[in-house]
Amino acid sequence: MDIKLKIWRQKNASTKGRFEDYELRDVSPEMSFLEMLDYLNKQLIEGGKEPVTFEHDCREGICGTCGLYINGRPHGPQQHTTTCELHMRAFKDGETIVVEPWRSKAFPIIKDLAVDRSAFDKIMNAGGFVNIDTGSAPEANNIPINKKISDRAFDAAVCIGCGACVAACKNSSAMLFVAAKVSQFALLPQGKVEAAERVQRMVEKMDELGFGFCSNTYACEFDCPKGISVEFIAQMNREFLSAKLCAHKGH
Amino acid sequence: MKQSNFKLSSLSHKTILALAGLFLMLFLCTHLLTNLLLLAGDSRAFDAAVAFLSSNPIIKVVEYVLFAGFIIHILMGVIVWINNSRARPVKYYVAQGSETSFFSKFMIHTGLIIFTFLVIHLINFFFIKLGWVALPDYAKDTHDFYSMAVVLFKEPLYVILYLVSFVFLGFHLKHAFQSAFQTLGLNHDKYFPAIKVIGTIYALVISIGFSIIPIYFLFFH
Amino acid sequence: MIKLDSKIPEGPIAEKWSKHKTSLRLVNPANKKKLEVIVVGSGLAGASAASALGELGYKVKVFCFQDTPRRAHSVAAQGGINAAKNYKNDGDSVYRLFLDMIKGGDYRAREANVYRAAEVSNLVIDHFTALGVPFARDYGGALDNRSFGGVQVSRTFYAKGQTGQQCLLGTYSSLSRQIAKGRVTMYSRRDMLDVVVIDGKARGIITRNLVTGAIERHGAHAVVLATGGYGTVFYLSTLALGSNATAAWSAHKKGALFANPSFIQIHPTSIPVLNDYQCKLTLMSESLRNDGRVWVPKGQADKRHPNSIPEEERDYYLERRYPAFGNLVPRDVASRAAKERCDAGYGVGDTGLSVYLDFKDAIAKQGKKAIEDKYGNLFEMYEKITGINPYNEPMRIYPAGHYTMGGLWVDYNLMTTIPGLYAIGESNFSDHGANRLGASSLMQCSGDGYFILPYTISDYLADEIRSPKTDIKHPEFDQAEKEVKERINRLMSVNGTQTASSFHKRLGKILWDHCGMFRTAEGLKKGRVLLDQLEEEFWKEIKIPGDANELNQELEKALKVADFFEVGRLMMEDALDRNESCGAHFREEYQTEQGEAKRDDANYAYVAAWEYQGHAQKPLLHMEPLKFEFVELKERSYK
Repeated sequence: MDIKLKIWRQKNASTKGRFEDYELRDVSPEMSFLEMLDYLNKQLIEGGKEPVTFEHDCREGICGTCGLYINGRPHGPQQHTTTCELHMRAFKDGETIVVEPWRSKAFPIIKDLAVDRSAFDKIMNAGGFVNIDTGSAPEANNIPINKKISDRAFDAAVCIGCGACVAACKNSSAMLFVAAKVSQFALLPQGKVEAAERVQRMVEKMDELGFGFCSNTYACEFDCPKGISVEFIAQMNREFLSAKLCAHKGH
Repeated sequence: MKQSNFKLSSLSHKTILALAGLFLMLFLCTHLLTNLLLLAGDSRAFDAAVAFLSSNPIIKVVEYVLFAGFIIHILMGVIVWINNSRARPVKYYVAQGSETSFFSKFMIHTGLIIFTFLVIHLINFFFIKLGWVALPDYAKDTHDFYSMAVVLFKEPLYVILYLVSFVFLGFHLKHAFQSAFQTLGLNHDKYFPAIKVIGTIYALVISIGFSIIPIYFLFFH
Repeated sequence: MIKLDSKIPEGPIAEKWSKHKTSLRLVNPANKKKLEVIVVGSGLAGASAASALGELGYKVKVFCFQDTPRRAHSVAAQGGINAAKNYKNDGDSVYRLFLDMIKGGDYRAREANVYRAAEVSNLVIDHFTALGVPFARDYGGALDNRSFGGVQVSRTFYAKGQTGQQCLLGTYSSLSRQIAKGRVTMYSRRDMLDVVVIDGKARGIITRNLVTGAIERHGAHAVVLATGGYGTVFYLSTLALGSNATAAWSAHKKGALFANPSFIQIHPTSIPVLNDYQCKLTLMSESLRNDGRVWVPKGQADKRHPNSIPEEERDYYLERRYPAFGNLVPRDVASRAAKERCDAGYGVGDTGLSVYLDFKDAIAKQGKKAIEDKYGNLFEMYEKITGINPYNEPMRIYPAGHYTMGGLWVDYNLMTTIPGLYAIGESNFSDHGANRLGASSLMQCSGDGYFILPYTISDYLADEIRSPKTDIKHPEFDQAEKEVKERINRLMSVNGTQTASSFHKRLGKILWDHCGMFRTAEGLKKGRVLLDQLEEEFWKEIKIPGDANELNQELEKALKVADFFEVGRLMMEDALDRNESCGAHFREEYQTEQGEAKRDDANYAYVAAWEYQGHAQKPLLHMEPLKFEFVELKERSYK
């Protein structure tokens, strides 16, 4: 198949970017979207041009590195699919595909389609953990956990930190990302101990980093490659509210 | 926590917005019930209700609370909107194609339309009651809201403005109802589908309920 | 002259580690604050080591090439993590786990290390659970286990098909905690390009900042490499595209011996190559072989649709060849059997390079729902990639390069032959012999990081309390930085016509064909010539657009490929030296009449540790004899 591409090119964070148009022939529908870009880059390099910078690593949908805004959707037109898992058979012959980087104040562009998502690490550093030292854990089965609760915690824990929720949200809010981590720990007895402090610290950090507010648009859930539910956002709201109302002074 | 007590977090803003919104939704119910008395055929029922509402001291206090509710809701809504419009300085080239709660994208817009209507509405009714705005001539003698409603609803332009506003209020409520529950953390897979349905019904009841009154007066009175 | 000393403690196997621990020296808390440790790699091994060291109070610096530690390739491990908890009351014990690993590794691993890995496995599960890793549970609330990789007990803890992700995110959270406390400083988007050795001790590293292109110096009192394996040497592998050998290789060039480089596990169930531009093979969990049946048509080059091939014309070759274990034979055996069928012309698909993994019988017997519950996410993944629904027709699978049992040689303390330089996780060679059993890599990585290295490195650092902060202006740093810059300049100035990936692809093909699942002395020698030619061409024809002083992904790739040539050469050297077949290393000259691997314990029960002698120079072989005091060497049979 032949396709037309319109790709955002930007030399670095401080220069202005623009779209560039490419035509690509003999694309196999069996190619993944990123293999298609590899194919484009090979032609660009051999033609003496600079290849398109895009981020990727595992290429099997689990590391969360890849993330392109394709034809108006983070990770492209297929639901529950990361960019690397998306294949060209999802596109039509002759189609024009517009590829943009994640757009958010909190995710500045580094080069072309690569953005800086370290804001997520900063939120995690603010409290996305259980305060326990190596060696002090009790025997694992001393903490029985209801299967349904444990499964639910798993559903929240599958987040790959790709940032599609922020990219999809009209307010570039990071609520789904933060809520997934807050909920995973709040559900489990191991994490419950410090749930009130955790949610306040993580929300405070999220606000500080320039993400927008949540307006319950639910685009995040729709475009999350792992299908994380907005119910976790409600759970975080709940945790936050009770933390604010019940926490003692000095916390 | 080192966060100062004066700076509210995003979630606190949203919570206050939602609580104020829910309060306003309750108010809309009572307002609708009162207004429906206009359809009683003559002014007696409506007048009695108005008399009760204007004389009861508790209601007097509630009026100020209500006023505050509006201001807080609007203020919080605007703050949320300002913050959100800053969060993505460079917009996407291709419009977002994700499936979302449609009306959620236009809360500030529908909100502004409702606000405009609210100002007109306040000039017409509420401020008069407070004595901030002088009564128009035709209603001066009786302090008569019923007559005023009748006069206004005979005016096709006003009716159109009124109807349009209530359509937008419906849109606003359609998202607002379930959104408030979500913001307050009341999303549960068992109940939330029902909340969404109730929200839609509520939005329809409010906008249709209010709308039939001017239609009745314009065409059937 | 390097002399190998494995430093295995004396005494009964079950007491070695506990005795050794008590003999290791400690560092007082006030001194720990002054001691700096560099950890390279932020996967399960690196992140766990860094957080444990941070908790102890050391000043830790962590480096990774990804944008965040959460993306390290441990994230992709699917099936599970082993521990000898014996929760199933099925007779498991630390000793059994140890035995299974020794046998699974075809008696080419060091007994003491393997026993210790099994010993700390239970602590790992306790710790992960406390960190909030949502392992699968039973209805009563206790942790669940499943069986894995053909062993006779159920000892594998899992979190659906995403165990690696959940474990990695657990360690990432403990790392985040130390970063928040200021004890660990994170340096992401850095490639480690060299290790700096001062007065015989590892004192720092040289990195390239991948965003700015700046060459940076970092000093410390000790350096820990947790940089994973080099399986991407094959180009097509189940690994992340960024995985590489450069950090470990730079250590090797500076004097760290590289052990058993030819021991590379080929995973039998990966999705086959679908197009010419493919650069990654996606793994389908080994657990699928619990219910799926592997077959090829009985006739050669049968192009019929699989569903229209009648039962009597199908060859369930694993069940035929290995009636006792059937489809559940270990990975090396299953991989070889698949390649054997395809090479003989029975393979399926357009390329003839794949076999069927069929769930028809399992679905008929257990119902679609049961299969969906067990493998739903894997089936979905398969459909996304291939566009074929595996509920309706068999999957196509083929072996792919996966895990490197070989790696930097380390002693019992996990220290390489360079004092102060440690290697943990997949980057060392120590625990898996010639073949790794499923669900034991997560176990080893986190055991190394959380529960072994923190003890052993303290013993080394106890001698360093008087050493001042490492001076990064030392001439050795100047020299190392100069060499790195020269290498980059050399690559940038070639300005040829071909991309780094195209060279990598050709290199991978040479290695796959000549040093893959079946090896012969003749083939290896031929491969070496081809590799030399390709390397020469690489240095004449490589094309890297852009500038070295900016984000330049082509330069990153070229630096890695340049090292892969040398790694490949060493792999072939090692494979040629080992005149026997064991585990993943199969030399066609050494097989039984039934075509099974034929080990030679009399002559090859050793670890081959290679010393670098310069580019394209014949490396020097050091042998560490493997003494089996606690297990009896047996032929590994799955018939």
